[in-house]
Amino acid sequence: MGRLTEVAALGSGARAARWAGSPPTLLLLSPTSPGCAATMASSDEDGTNGGASEAGEDREAPGKRRRLGLLATAWLTFYNIAMTAGYARREAPSGPPRAAVRGGSGLRGRGPGWLVLAIAMVRFYMEKGTHRGLYKSVQKTLKFFQTFALLEIVHCLIGIVPTSVLVTGVQVSSRIFMVWLITHSIKPIQNEESVVLFLVAWTVTEITRYSFYTFSLLDHLPYFIKWARYNFFIILYPVGVAGELLTIYAALPYVKKTGMFSIRLPNKYNVSFDYYYFLLITMASYIPLFPQLYFHMLRQRRKVLHGEVIVEKDD
Amino acid sequence: MKHYEVEILDAKTREKLCFLDKVEPHATIAEIKNLFTKTHPQWYPARQSLRLDPKGKSLKDEDILQKLPVGTTATLYFRDLGAQISWVTVFLTEYAGPLFIYLLFYFRVPFIYGHKYDFTSSRHTVVHLACICHSFHYVKRLLETLFVHRFSHGTMPLRNIFKNCTYYWGFAAWMAYYINHPLYTPPTYGAQQVKLALAIFVICQLGNFSIHMALRDLRPAGSKTRKIPYPTKNPITWLFLLVSCPNYTYEVGSWIGFAIMTQCLPVALFSLVGFTQMTIWAKGKHRSYLKEFRDYPPLRMPIIPFLL
Repeated sequence: MGRLTEVAALGSGARAARWAGSPPTLLLLSPTSPGCAATMASSDEDGTNGGASEAGEDREAPGKRRRLGLLATAWLTFYNIAMTAGYARREAPSGPPRAAVRGGSGLRGRGPGWLVLAIAMVRFYMEKGTHRGLYKSVQKTLKFFQTFALLEIVHCLIGIVPTSVLVTGVQVSSRIFMVWLITHSIKPIQNEESVVLFLVAWTVTEITRYSFYTFSLLDHLPYFIKWARYNFFIILYPVGVAGELLTIYAALPYVKKTGMFSIRLPNKYNVSFDYYYFLLITMASYIPLFPQLYFHMLRQRRKVLHGEVIVEKDD
Repeated sequence: MKHYEVEILDAKTREKLCFLDKVEPHATIAEIKNLFTKTHPQWYPARQSLRLDPKGKSLKDEDILQKLPVGTTATLYFRDLGAQISWVTVFLTEYAGPLFIYLLFYFRVPFIYGHKYDFTSSRHTVVHLACICHSFHYVKRLLETLFVHRFSHGTMPLRNIFKNCTYYWGFAAWMAYYINHPLYTPPTYGAQQVKLALAIFVICQLGNFSIHMALRDLRPAGSKTRKIPYPTKNPITWLFLLVSCPNYTYEVGSWIGFAIMTQCLPVALFSLVGFTQMTIWAKGKHRSYLKEFRDYPPLRMPIIPFLL
């Protein structure tokens, strides 16, 4: 998915990203064993149950966050300094000033990482004049920083970031999928133009996003960073999605020919998996998912930049 | 007798939707909902959520007006729960699907497997056994829905039927495809494995049924009372000593048995997903019990004895 990770980022606005308006129940079922006498939590049933398990997950999080605030900041500051994924919580007291100065761009943690990537890409193109071989030259950095983003899921899990684990999980997973299961594994498509397309989109987005987090944490957010974060996606998101889809499409013939990542029958565990069809389904899933994410971000943009009060739709 | 006045406002827009005067003090919320439906027929009682606070919990149908913390002019906030569908309907639909779908694969109806396999029969005994077990499981569920379960709620949101049916029907088709496939591989340890797994399955099905019966007996027909379940003379119910929701425990056990019997990874995945969902429900239920009953047995865990 062309996750320009905007949605996960919105959590930094202390707005737990209500992903597509669904309550944070992990699974989708309604209870099927009401014989268990009393009130069972029916998903989406709006708290109409007396004493039932309205888990209170949302209620638990704030207390946890406040307790971890200090520890979280220390950890995240160290993390940033170690030049790894840096997402810092807004409420935490400002970190050591030198972290802000690092890299000369005021970007913390991932800032330098993705900035390194951006610079490497620009230099490559300036030197070679072509995009061929670009992926190869940046792949190590890309893989390192994109894989490190997995930590952001942990940040959500332990509650120091107010975003939903599911949203972040989906975002990060789709990135990991693109990097490791497509571009890394299917060598023939590494020189496709579409790869550059999504790399550029991702790079610009990540730099914007992490700058936004950094400055938010330092309680000194320049308006233009906020503006960038809530406007760039309008172009970057479709561009990124286009790049990803075109890349997957280009990979299809190779996948079909080699039968890679696939399991055939008969086998001991009586299961089969066809990576080719899996990719087709993945591509198809962009159709419902992309508009949802895009319009969600547009709504957030209206809220943040134009102070519009948006009445939450009923579930 | 002092009559109450009830005004009903929209919980989100605070718009005045309805004003009821001369309401009896001992009127129930259910009765008020019926009165509200008269002025707004599109909002039948099942889809109404009335509450004292716009963000608060819904009032129960049995709540009595004069027992609520309101003055003689009561303000209630209304939230539309969306189109509702009865639990019974949802259950029957979501269980009938797998029953039927599995049989399509079992009989190798055309267009599923290659044409040369149409309407052929598997030569493995375990495949026939699996069909019997799977079918029995869903027939049992259907019968329990009709005759055993006592539901606390009449309805659930309509969209749930689509979600639930996709889950049950989808997984049933996925499992059935492999178990009844011409290239199906029987379990590694042969008849021994099948027999053991079958035993687990049968015991857990019996267990699950016994618990359902025990829970039903806790609640008299037509009531919505809640009581702590305790073990009875039936040894199967002794699991109540250790878990709050032994019906879920037995259900997971059944599917594990089925997975071992068929040695089919999709079945194992289905068991895992089901287990995850049931654990969430069990934990919720367990928490409800703890909140409601001071003397709740401390040894009990939600779903897995001592562990979870």
